[in-house]
Amino acid sequence: MTDIGFVRSEIVSARPAPNRSSGAIAWVRKNLFSTPLDTALTILGVVFLAWIIPPLYGFFFGNAVPPGGTVEQCRLENAGACWAYIAAEMEFFIYGFYPAQEFWRPNLVFALGALLLAPLLIPKVPYKRTNAVLLFVVYPVVSYILLAGGLFGLRVVPTEQWGGLLVTLIISVVGITLSFPIGVVLALGRQSQLPIIKTVCVMFIELIRAVPLITILFMASVMLPLFMPQGTTVDKFLRALVGVTLFTSAYVAEVVRGGLQAIPRGQYEAAAALGLGYWKRMGFIILPQALKHVIPGIVNNFIALFKDTSLVYIVGMRDLLEAVKTKNDSAIEWQSANTATTGYIFAAMVFWVFCFGMSRYSIFMEHRLNTGYKR
Amino acid sequence: MSQVSETTVDRDIDTSHMQVSKTEVAIDVVNMHKWYGDFHVLRDINLRVMKGERIVIAGPSGSGKSTLIRCINRLEEHQEGQIIVNGTELTADLKRIDEVRREVGMVFQHFNLFPHLTILQNLTLAPIWVRGIPKAEAEATAMHYLERVKIPEQANKFPGQLSGGQQQRVAIARSLCMQPEIMLFDEPTSALDPEMVKEVLEVMISLAEDGMTMICVTHEMGFARQVANRVIFMDQGQIIEENEPEAFFSNPQHERTKLFLSQILH
Repeated sequence: MTDIGFVRSEIVSARPAPNRSSGAIAWVRKNLFSTPLDTALTILGVVFLAWIIPPLYGFFFGNAVPPGGTVEQCRLENAGACWAYIAAEMEFFIYGFYPAQEFWRPNLVFALGALLLAPLLIPKVPYKRTNAVLLFVVYPVVSYILLAGGLFGLRVVPTEQWGGLLVTLIISVVGITLSFPIGVVLALGRQSQLPIIKTVCVMFIELIRAVPLITILFMASVMLPLFMPQGTTVDKFLRALVGVTLFTSAYVAEVVRGGLQAIPRGQYEAAAALGLGYWKRMGFIILPQALKHVIPGIVNNFIALFKDTSLVYIVGMRDLLEAVKTKNDSAIEWQSANTATTGYIFAAMVFWVFCFGMSRYSIFMEHRLNTGYKR
Repeated sequence: MSQVSETTVDRDIDTSHMQVSKTEVAIDVVNMHKWYGDFHVLRDINLRVMKGERIVIAGPSGSGKSTLIRCINRLEEHQEGQIIVNGTELTADLKRIDEVRREVGMVFQHFNLFPHLTILQNLTLAPIWVRGIPKAEAEATAMHYLERVKIPEQANKFPGQLSGGQQQRVAIARSLCMQPEIMLFDEPTSALDPEMVKEVLEVMISLAEDGMTMICVTHEMGFARQVANRVIFMDQGQIIEENEPEAFFSNPQHERTKLFLSQILH
């Protein structure tokens, strides 16, 4: 054997990794005080929190007027948030001008929606197909009959009287569930080999994307009736729904197209070589992978849609934000320094809860679907 | 030609089922031309493959060998001439294309397994949705072929968890689950580590022993010698020379073939 030769005589067996220092003190030292700059920033951060938290706490809790309080308490010198106002006007924020004796109808719609949506979102619950049919086919019909009335002896409630969170939720839920499939179809159409389909899809996407949502809503409500034959009316609410849905579907289409482009050509070829036709190829092989890639982008669009629903005030509808604004301006009996602020904070919190929920669920789904590449 | 290797599998080939039909034509390519834009990539290809034949296509890169076999299941479109597979001529008719693809299995250089499906789902998807076979039956068939390629224990894993050699064996099993009449191999071992080439060749040889009609684009000259009954040499989009492996390797006729063989064989 030469000098540089080497032959291993025994195999090194695996042993556990060395213990890393753990515990609270080690964590603090590592993350908060590891360098002088870190220490300085940590101290600065603590000072900032000490400066900002007490007044915020005072406004939201300490000096706030809890639900059930009176307007006199809200008008006191150093009073904080006027939660009493929110509690007192809650019905308007949720239902708008929906007649009070009919509140059970939207309540039933909310309850049914939650009852059908929850098991669909939890992966372990069985009967997904039945559940989906109930939610996406039966539920909309039942909801419409319940809310609008006119059948089975239910009193007619015109959409002008719908309002508040009810309108926000209906527009966003319908917008999300319709814009997603339309967006996917548009994305596939844009990639199509067939020139007419491709052109139509490209034109639609580029037209809608180039126009602000406000313009679309405005056109839908003001311009559309001008082009319609005399006497025909399309419900204002429906027009807003169509506008929001088309707008979002154009954006979803472009996000999905990005996902389609990320799928290697080999996947298309392998699926084709097995004899799978176009729709099966897309449905089983391409879309599941492409959509998984673009979950963050799609949810981004849905969150944007949810917040954009507040633009329907342009066409005279009273969504949650507009309902809050209406009461802020008109509820003279609740006039105080913090009333309007509290109203807007409440609206912001409601928007935040829904958007944050969507965001967390999308992250959960990303992790769950991350099967293909896990080792 | 670094990817050319001479890996051979150390065993005698059982030739009892390797019969080439004299009358039944599996694939007939007649005066076929193909262009990529202005580039004439395949020129006047004439190739008749009888049932049970095992054909190896060799040639330098860019010679059009992959393009040729991709035309046979119409992953690529030809512009002139005819391609008839199992009696069905390939035209723009989508129904006929799917009909041909059902009977022709294909194995790719980069495996192209579906990463979001388990191994078992990869194998059963096409039988269930193309052939309409009940799920339980498709799964039984899938397990049979997984055992044949010697990895039944991986059935519930995802492709990303398997080695390259295992993935390629799954890809072969996936094609076999459709019970094709013809198998096309497009450089099946070129993306594999040397240690894994053998396990894939082993599976391919056992397929040949069962009498499968095979067309293999490969740089595995050992495989060509052991299994092929015909070797086709292509260059610049045309078939330059074809012969039985023994004669092809020991007594090449065309200058281009001699040059190619002198570069890859030592």
